[in-house]
Amino acid sequence: MGGQTAFTRALLDPALAAPEGLVNPDGAPATKRFDVYRNNVAVSLIEALETGFPVICKLVGEAFFKAMAGIYLRRFPPTSQLMMFYGQDMPAFLTGFEPVQHLQYLPDVARLELALRACYHAADATPIAPETLQDMPADRLMAARFEFAPAMALIRSRWPVHGIWRMNMEDGAPQPGNAGENVLLTRPEYDPQLTTLAPGGGTFVAALMNGKAFGESLDAATAQVPDFDLTATLGVLFAGAAITRLNED
Amino acid sequence: MSTTIKTLAVAGAVAAAVLGHATTVSAQAKEKCFGVSLAGKNDCAAGPGTTCAGTSKVDYQGNAWSLVDAGTCATMELPAMADGTARMGSLEALERDIPS
Repeated sequence: MGGQTAFTRALLDPALAAPEGLVNPDGAPATKRFDVYRNNVAVSLIEALETGFPVICKLVGEAFFKAMAGIYLRRFPPTSQLMMFYGQDMPAFLTGFEPVQHLQYLPDVARLELALRACYHAADATPIAPETLQDMPADRLMAARFEFAPAMALIRSRWPVHGIWRMNMEDGAPQPGNAGENVLLTRPEYDPQLTTLAPGGGTFVAALMNGKAFGESLDAATAQVPDFDLTATLGVLFAGAAITRLNED
Repeated sequence: MSTTIKTLAVAGAVAAAVLGHATTVSAQAKEKCFGVSLAGKNDCAAGPGTTCAGTSKVDYQGNAWSLVDAGTCATMELPAMADGTARMGSLEALERDIPS
């Protein structure tokens, strides 16, 4: 086992002794100093997770979250120096973490919180003018495929994830409903915006994101929701500065 | 529904969305305004999920900014400074009210 592997293992396992060769100025093993360092690493990663998943933290309570984060960080230590992206495995972890199995919506809430961070840090993009769609003859529009801003993301959940998120993050937000929600994340200005799409909107946007043509995506949405509100869904995409390009074959 | 009717319906829906967007966009335009946020209430370049939002140390800190309605920044009225000098918002970072 290499020195670095031994160091990393000891860093994440408080039961292990300080790595061999780590010594105090007097030459004795640096047991206490390593303990302090090891503790700081764990505490800072727990704090990073707390900052990154504020809603999960509120839902399970701070003490529970800290303890759970302590388990998470040892199972999924950072793979990148960029702390702003730490926690990518949280949805999968929550899905399998036995003590939270009764909170089945947690993984989707974690997906939403991760998507918010990704949305915030995504590259800027210039949206097309909405009039571009209007100026295009309808038959060409039906065949066109859309490209979206890197900041745009769609979270599809059978839980009211946006309602749960709002209740924990906004003062005076209403109680979440019971129905699943399709939440669109966009970043028209500096901060991510969350919008719950009208029924069928998730299917429509998901089809467009998968490279389906406008007409085909519309058919998919109306097949699912006959009175699908195209105007409202396009309005969300326009307001979110989400459409960056129309491609014609 | 025939193709022609569907195409017409789509054109109408697209037109309505474009029109709806045109009427809301001016109301939503924002600008960065420096020197107007209260201590701990500043928005942050690093954004939610990081530890910088809400770190300004003093009220109206000159290099901290909040998003305000576009066009309102430079005319926003703020309490005067201790020496009586009027405070104004600014589209550029300011030298005043920097925590020591």
